[in-house]
Amino acid sequence: MTQTAGAMTAHKIAFQAEKLSVSYGSTMAVKDVFLDIPQNQIVAFIGPSGCGKSTVLRCFNRMNDLIPSAKVEGRITFKGQDIYDKRVDAVELRRRVGMVFQRPNPFPKSIYQNIAFGARINGYQGDMDELVERSLRDAALWDEVKDKLKASGLSLSGGQQQRLCIARAIAIEPEVILMDEPCSALDPISTLRVEELMQELKQKYTIVIVTHNMQQASRTSDYTAFYNAKATDQGGKMGYLVEYDRTEVIFQQPAQQSTQEYVSGRFG
Amino acid sequence: MTVQSPTTQSQSLWRPNRDRSRLIQSVVKFICGAFAAVSIVTTLGIVATLLFETISFLQEVPIWQFLTDRKWTPLFASKEFGIFVLVSATVMISVISILVAMPLGLLAAICLSEYATPRTRKILKPVLEVLAGVPTVVYGYFALLTVTPFLQTFLPNLKGFNSISAGLVLGVMITPLVASLSEDAIYSVPQRLRDGAYALGTTKRETIVSVVLPAALSGIVSSLILAVSRAVGETMIVTLAAGANPTLGLNPLVPVMTMTAFIVQVTKGDAVHGSIAYQTLFAVGTTLFLITLALNIFSFWFVRRFREKYD
Ligand SMILES: Nc1ncnc2c1ncn2[C@@H]1O[C@H](COP(=O)(O)OP(=O)(O)O)[C@@H](O)[C@H]1O
Ligand SMILES: [Mg+2]
Repeated sequence: MTQTAGAMTAHKIAFQAEKLSVSYGSTMAVKDVFLDIPQNQIVAFIGPSGCGKSTVLRCFNRMNDLIPSAKVEGRITFKGQDIYDKRVDAVELRRRVGMVFQRPNPFPKSIYQNIAFGARINGYQGDMDELVERSLRDAALWDEVKDKLKASGLSLSGGQQQRLCIARAIAIEPEVILMDEPCSALDPISTLRVEELMQELKQKYTIVIVTHNMQQASRTSDYTAFYNAKATDQGGKMGYLVEYDRTEVIFQQPAQQSTQEYVSGRFG
Repeated sequence: MTVQSPTTQSQSLWRPNRDRSRLIQSVVKFICGAFAAVSIVTTLGIVATLLFETISFLQEVPIWQFLTDRKWTPLFASKEFGIFVLVSATVMISVISILVAMPLGLLAAICLSEYATPRTRKILKPVLEVLAGVPTVVYGYFALLTVTPFLQTFLPNLKGFNSISAGLVLGVMITPLVASLSEDAIYSVPQRLRDGAYALGTTKRETIVSVVLPAALSGIVSSLILAVSRAVGETMIVTLAAGANPTLGLNPLVPVMTMTAFIVQVTKGDAVHGSIAYQTLFAVGTTLFLITLALNIFSFWFVRRFREKYD
């Protein structure tokens, strides 16, 4: 039932997941995912809660390494290299693959330091003021904060905080940005701003976004992966990838019945 | 299907005893209020006594003399009342102790909250708190009979009573306090801040140093201040190990007398009520109280100013 999207040959591949399974302790959270993430495209992960969307997303920058019980099986390559290879440094990988979280999590530092921190840690040698300004502009936040760069990042509104987190992520010039429901804590106007922003970022970055919002997925993404969960023999549930294709295919003529039901809203 | 409104019949099944709940409520309120009042009245009583006796003291001894005399001899025939003789000893020993407790306590806190497995943490945390409960007299004898002789092997000038061994042991005594409270502060930094840092390509050490510790700063500082207050007020260790010899200055190798040690000395003797020795006791007590109060106010201000609110 798992498959990779057709017509993907038109783009270079950023990530390639093969038979990816993740378990927490003894429970399998998501099983046998095959998935190609094309470069400079936006890929949306949709599906009901608990079907493993965040879990799969966290594999791409090895954030799962930080969860002691998590175990990743299968193979993921990033631009051809196996990222779970022993020789790959997860810290270095995360510099190339940035992440924006569900709840905005700016550091309790000034707006300026929120951006400069990652750059400094990663040994940025250029003009820091210029980098901070450019990142904030790219994240469509500059005009709102340019007069208060010394204010705490926590003093901003939720929507601004999330754009600060996006600015922080792009400041270290990653190749990919992973976004885990970046708009779920935001109001509709802030959500719209982040979506517009994604269209701009697409020029430079590959974006993978988890979203619960069908309109958001269909409006913003080029490819959509639909995940679902099924009951296991042990009484738990296990996520799997149902269908992955171009977004218009998923939303207009999906191959699977359950995808059809989910995208049209007739689904638990 | 229509929803039935409650009938008079079913209403008769519900007879809450509102009067009784109200009575119990007011009795409980009264009892709680009374207990709260007892502690407030006691505190006010202590402060009033301190102030009252201190004012009598200052009528005998002008305040400038209290602040500028270079000797502390209130029990001798030729009396001098230089409080800084005692303050210098207290400050020196407290500084030595916090120089020990800060690095040890913070490192222990970081190890426990960031590096230990949840299981180790669950075992070690209570052990730490037990350590904080060792009677101070034990620490005092340890300082006097073990640490001082040991230090004398490479510090030949070290006297039998001295600040350094009292300070070191006092530092060990307050380390669990620093460790336990700082650990609480570090542990309560939200995980999503750490995740945010890791996602930028930081190592664990960089995450702790640059994100976690600054985020826990207000809690860490307040734990340190609490530990300093504890050190300033600590009596047994300094009385046993630092001696009873009022000496102005900051030489850690010679016997000194802290404010608390002086209070012990006078309390053990037979100071007549209303005598100058008796009033000196309260003057020193008030000074001690003011130092601790200042520390607490600073801590309160610092926490209010620097605490981050994560909803
Ligand atoms: N840190 C974790 N420890 C244990 N189980 C987890 C953890 N994170 C997620 N899970 C489990 O893995 C499954 C998938 O979770 P998740 O990837 O968060 O789903 P989604 O993002 O699609 O809502 C859920 O059953 C969840 O309970
Ligand atoms: Mg999720």
